Amino acid sequence: MDGFLDLAPLLAILASAIAAVAVPLTGEKRRNLRETWTVLAAVVKFSLIAMMIPGVLAGERYGMDLLEIAPGIGLSLRVDPAGLLFATSASFLWILTSFYAFGYMRGANEAKQSRFFSMLAACLSATIGLCFSGNILTFVIFYEILSVATYPLVIHSGSKKAYEIGRQYLIYALTAGIALVAGLAAIYAVTGTLDFQPGGFLDAEMGMPFLWTVFLLFALGFGVKAGVMPLQSWLPNAMIAPTPVSALLHAVAVVKAGVFGFVRLVGYIFGPELFGAMGAATFLAILAAITILVASLIAITKDDLKARLAYSTVGHLSYIVLGIAILAPQAMLGAAFHMITHAAMKITLFFCAGAIYVHTGKKKVSQLDGIGRQMPLTMAAFGVGAVGLAGVPLVGGFVSKWYLGVGALDAGLSIYLWVFLLSGLLNAAYLVPIVTRAFLRSSPDHTRFNEASPLMVVPITITMLFALLLGIHPDGVFRFFSLAEAIVASVTGVTFTGGI
Amino acid sequence: MSQLPALIPTTLILAGLLSLLVGLRSLRAGHLIALTGTVVSFLVSVIGLLEVTSSGQPIRYALGGWIPPIGIEFVLDHLAAYMTTLVTGIGVLVLIYAPRSIRHESPGKAALTYPSMALLVAGLAGMSITGDLFNLYVFLEIAALAAYALLATGRRGGAFATLRYLLIGAVGGGFYLLGVGFIYFSVGSINMADVAARLPELLESRSVISGAVLMVLGLALKMGLFPLHFWMPDVYTNAPSSSAALIAPIMTKVSAYAIVRLMLDVFPPGFFTEALPIAATIGWMSAAGILFGSIIAIGQQDYRRMLAYSSVGQIAYVGLGIALANPIGLIGGLLHIVNHALMKGLLFLIGGAIQWRTGLVRIPDMVGLGKKMPWTMYAFVIAVLAMVGIPPTAGFFSKVYLMIGAVQADAWVWFAVIVLSSLLSAIYFFRMVEFVFRDVEGAEESADDSATGGVSAEELRGAVAGEVPPSMFIPIAILSAAVILVGVFNFLIVRALLEPAVAPLLGG
Repeated sequence: MDGFLDLAPLLAILASAIAAVAVPLTGEKRRNLRETWTVLAAVVKFSLIAMMIPGVLAGERYGMDLLEIAPGIGLSLRVDPAGLLFATSASFLWILTSFYAFGYMRGANEAKQSRFFSMLAACLSATIGLCFSGNILTFVIFYEILSVATYPLVIHSGSKKAYEIGRQYLIYALTAGIALVAGLAAIYAVTGTLDFQPGGFLDAEMGMPFLWTVFLLFALGFGVKAGVMPLQSWLPNAMIAPTPVSALLHAVAVVKAGVFGFVRLVGYIFGPELFGAMGAATFLAILAAITILVASLIAITKDDLKARLAYSTVGHLSYIVLGIAILAPQAMLGAAFHMITHAAMKITLFFCAGAIYVHTGKKKVSQLDGIGRQMPLTMAAFGVGAVGLAGVPLVGGFVSKWYLGVGALDAGLSIYLWVFLLSGLLNAAYLVPIVTRAFLRSSPDHTRFNEASPLMVVPITITMLFALLLGIHPDGVFRFFSLAEAIVASVTGVTFTGGI
Repeated sequence: MSQLPALIPTTLILAGLLSLLVGLRSLRAGHLIALTGTVVSFLVSVIGLLEVTSSGQPIRYALGGWIPPIGIEFVLDHLAAYMTTLVTGIGVLVLIYAPRSIRHESPGKAALTYPSMALLVAGLAGMSITGDLFNLYVFLEIAALAAYALLATGRRGGAFATLRYLLIGAVGGGFYLLGVGFIYFSVGSINMADVAARLPELLESRSVISGAVLMVLGLALKMGLFPLHFWMPDVYTNAPSSSAALIAPIMTKVSAYAIVRLMLDVFPPGFFTEALPIAATIGWMSAAGILFGSIIAIGQQDYRRMLAYSSVGQIAYVGLGIALANPIGLIGGLLHIVNHALMKGLLFLIGGAIQWRTGLVRIPDMVGLGKKMPWTMYAFVIAVLAMVGIPPTAGFFSKVYLMIGAVQADAWVWFAVIVLSSLLSAIYFFRMVEFVFRDVEGAEESADDSATGGVSAEELRGAVAGEVPPSMFIPIAILSAAVILVGVFNFLIVRALLEPAVAPLLGG
């Protein structure tokens, strides 16, 4: 079994890579067969990943070195709690997104569906690849593939505006990519190694100019995908992609790849101690705190539903970055867990926005009066996601925010506690009115019950339940909480007993 | 087996001459002879490569039985085997591709083209394996003459561009020859190994220094190193696609290789870096060339001109590798020789395929090609990803090695140039990807803007749809696969061939 599980990370990457090829070969004419490939790949991928959870929690590190690709550096796959946490959530949500996307793409009668599903599968391969990368080179390779594979999805509509946005997207993504390559070259030239190590492998003797150069290159590289201001502007624009892309890639896989990069950077390259001592933590924390507040304020002003959600995403990604930069074990725990809870809540919200659009053609918040009567299930799910993001107990968001706040206090940085609290209020201010408007106001457009296709409503319900479960029993779903604890334990050496 | 090195150029020269004679009567037979000769020399190169890597020893051959250093010596070592395999391999692919393309672009010139191609490859392969400074000049001129012939068969303007190239090429060759003369006068030998053995006592000699500078200057001209690149854009733009696809990938590279040869195996370690600032000069010329080539390429509307300026930038990566003069940087530069040859060859072949199918050469007119020739355009995307340096294509790794080398050499400006240039090349290549995959509604708009002389390209070619024939597509497919495979397995090449080749840098 263990021998097989060493292969599991590779197989998990290949599963969707095969689908990425099989989908366009099958083609639009046999679309049910084509969709079968996606579902098959998603289920196989998730199963392979989920199978590794017990072993990894018990201390196993599955993986293999594939082939040497540079002197002393192999293409190396290594499964640790951090990668597994992210991979599990991304691959689980891909299953749901697949079904949702069948409903969405058929409902909206989108063109080029084969290309769409193929590239989506390719993105997932790259995401899982970077989760399981054992060294920086492997990570960067998958990170770059992810950037490029997302481009056809961003320009999907083929409109002039889409191409303009695609161009901006590429400029940001490729700049980020080359910054990472530069950073890894610098690290390799000085240390001769690129392997991630819990607690980091750089040390202060390498000199501040070098360390800051490396930090800034990596912060640029990860900050773009993580939407840390001032690098965020591509993300709201990228909402021009079909909603399943916004939901899975621009709320979960792609943007969290940036956040995950920060986890690797702080926990496995620099190490929290050095990261704090050199002052990079303060720098990053201030940027993240500003991003949280500014993004929340901008979100309030947006009438376009997806744009509002996009700015909300920008803010919440920085929750995670801030949690990492606070460096206190509790805050890291909260940050790691927020990767999951935010994914569950935000994908629910995007799913809802897409269902509303496909079903009624409405995109703006101001048009949603009374829509709760027509689509009560969708809007109820939206409500759960909304209060969850605001930090109301019994939804996952509360748990992660709790630990983020406690961590800020532990570290003696109570200012960041206020940032979290204030932002919670702002979250409520930009999300809850949508729900009240939907249920309390009335409109002649929406009088009788008429939900979107079950292909969309069922995934929405499941992600909503996922978000709730995370709040009620944080360790109940795929042991996410334990994985988060294991990350903190491996990076800082602090273990938690009891949990919630 | 010791005749093996000699077989590579002689087969090609024979095939070239025979192909010329036979080609006057039967084009098809002439092509077949040139192709067969190239295939044979490619196979011999591969055998030589395997031989050298398994034994770890170079294969030496004394021409005509004259013992070196008096006679001419061929030396097939790791680096030479690497180059000949590349040169003859590209030659095979282009010769497979050429007939259709030539019939379309320069009908009536085919009889001259195939022998010239074989002779060009012969010259370049000869430059790669020769162990003799003067003999290198001879092969350099064989290659140059063949290249002039190939380029001059192009459309109007081709002849003038070629004349200019010829004059500059003659100057470059002249400088090199003059340098060899200086070396001969002061050292008394032109056999590379022999010169290398005698040089250490004569390093202070002014004529040795002048000789080194002249040889490098001549080769730098031939290599098209900025600002000595000015002949390149016109030449590549006006040449027939198949000629450009043969010359652009390999010709400048072999001159770069010759500089590496001089640095590693003729002059003592440190001579190019410490005694004379040759490496640093090459480095700054390269850094400027990378930026210049990439920036000018952005403004080009003509596909081939864009590729030409991109080549000005790309050859400079090899130059940077030479300039870094540390093992990993030089490995990056040498690896980029193969990487860029594959990518640029692929791009020129695709350009020829587009011309064959649609007659288009201007990028704004290429809107909607993704629908017309999807497979060719997928190959184009692979080439673009490689040019920009997206993993796991070949282009990524040479850049990584060069960057590591730059950090180790504390060359932060060059480091920044490499970083920046990836982004610049992304700009001009992705712009084109955007064009070719855009839907045709957009096509009408931009066809109006671009003013193609009142006649839209669609009308010109009667809106033909479909791919190119197999003889053109197979080389494209092979090169696309190679771009990815060389990327994924680049380390095998590095370990087997390049690490032994740069060993003199470590031994210094």
